[in-house]
Amino acid sequence: MAANLPNPMLPQPYRVQKMRRETPDTFTLELTPVNGSGIPPFAAGQFNMLYVYGVGEVPISISGDPDKRNCLVHTTRAVGTVTKAMRELKIHDVLGVRGPYGTHWPVMEVAGSDVVIVAGGIGLAPLRSAMYQILAHREKFGRVVLLYGARTPSDILFRRDLEQWRAHFDLEVYVTVDRATGSWRGSVGFVTQLIPKAPFDPLNTVALVCGPETMMRFTALALEKRGVKPDSIILSMERNMKCAIGLCGHCQFGPVFVCKDGPVFPYTHIRDLLAKWEI
Amino acid sequence: MHTLEPLLAEHPFFQGLDSRYIQLITGCASNVRFDTGQYIFHEGEEANEFYIIRHGKVALETLAPGHKPITIQTIEEGDVLGWSWLFPPYRWHFNAYAVELTRAIALDGKCLRTKCEEDHDLGYEFLKRFANVVEQRLQATRLQLLDVYNVRT
Repeated sequence: MAANLPNPMLPQPYRVQKMRRETPDTFTLELTPVNGSGIPPFAAGQFNMLYVYGVGEVPISISGDPDKRNCLVHTTRAVGTVTKAMRELKIHDVLGVRGPYGTHWPVMEVAGSDVVIVAGGIGLAPLRSAMYQILAHREKFGRVVLLYGARTPSDILFRRDLEQWRAHFDLEVYVTVDRATGSWRGSVGFVTQLIPKAPFDPLNTVALVCGPETMMRFTALALEKRGVKPDSIILSMERNMKCAIGLCGHCQFGPVFVCKDGPVFPYTHIRDLLAKWEI
Repeated sequence: MHTLEPLLAEHPFFQGLDSRYIQLITGCASNVRFDTGQYIFHEGEEANEFYIIRHGKVALETLAPGHKPITIQTIEEGDVLGWSWLFPPYRWHFNAYAVELTRAIALDGKCLRTKCEEDHDLGYEFLKRFANVVEQRLQATRLQLLDVYNVRT
């Protein structure tokens, strides 16, 4: 029987169907399997390993809708050799994909609660999948609030989605930037400053948080200060995943492997590790 | 006659403040409105008041040679604008302008400083509340300075 299981280390060829520049340094890829099969099911918050042939392989969060199975959607920032090569891919180019891997946002498990999504920078990418899922089942949740922080107005990710979500009557969307010039008429300040006034019931709220670690650490503190229970705060960690199946140890984070035990963790499981710089 | 007392009492900044102090402060308060783009104060000017924002949004901006004005923070409904009136030399450190139509209550700093000197309990209440605002803004500014969204490659 084991011979019939797919090799988890073997990438499957996928073709680039669409490439969209989101900001000056981030882009979204839409991929479909070369062999015409469907894409494997995934849950919001999981990631795939994307392989640019001849260059290398990197873990990238899935930013698409878990209910839409026609293509795989990934959004990432061009920061290293592989992601910079990925940004240069053209329509119909082929890259390797293996996954999905890792834990997911417990979206349906928190039905009945208010949901606060706090995203910073590129951290909105894995949370977009959760937003799609929440919106598809909107009636199952209490108040839904999205708090998003970016560096500058030109770094705001998924502008179209944010504008559409903001137009919903049953969704609160607040965006802030760290600094601004010119015509920006929105808020300026760190994303944690949105938390004290955001409209949610802290005692009945689950918070999904993704962004740079420093941002998540201070966001968790601000949520706790507002009265959100620590075990109702969920974070998504980023580490240098290599094998993605918990074998190589590259992504070890204290006693856990981010690829296998994460990337989505309850805050209470990793709280003590977040302030340790050497991990 | 309508007074500003209920508006002050319900603002988060004055939450829990003894009603006799609210009454006292009301004597230093006036209702103000700023149109979109209107400057409220400029860097270096004398700081003789602070503002309780009731509605709207105010940007704090600074200038750097060769650059467009940089907005470093926005102050919104429920916030307090300005603490330079409380500390010598009583000068504004930034420009402030209304990003959108803003309604606020202006409090006369000179009037309040006198009242705080006469009644140290009131002064202590003010300092506690402003220290809280300053602490929150300091922490937020530190996080902004960390520039956490900037990827270093």
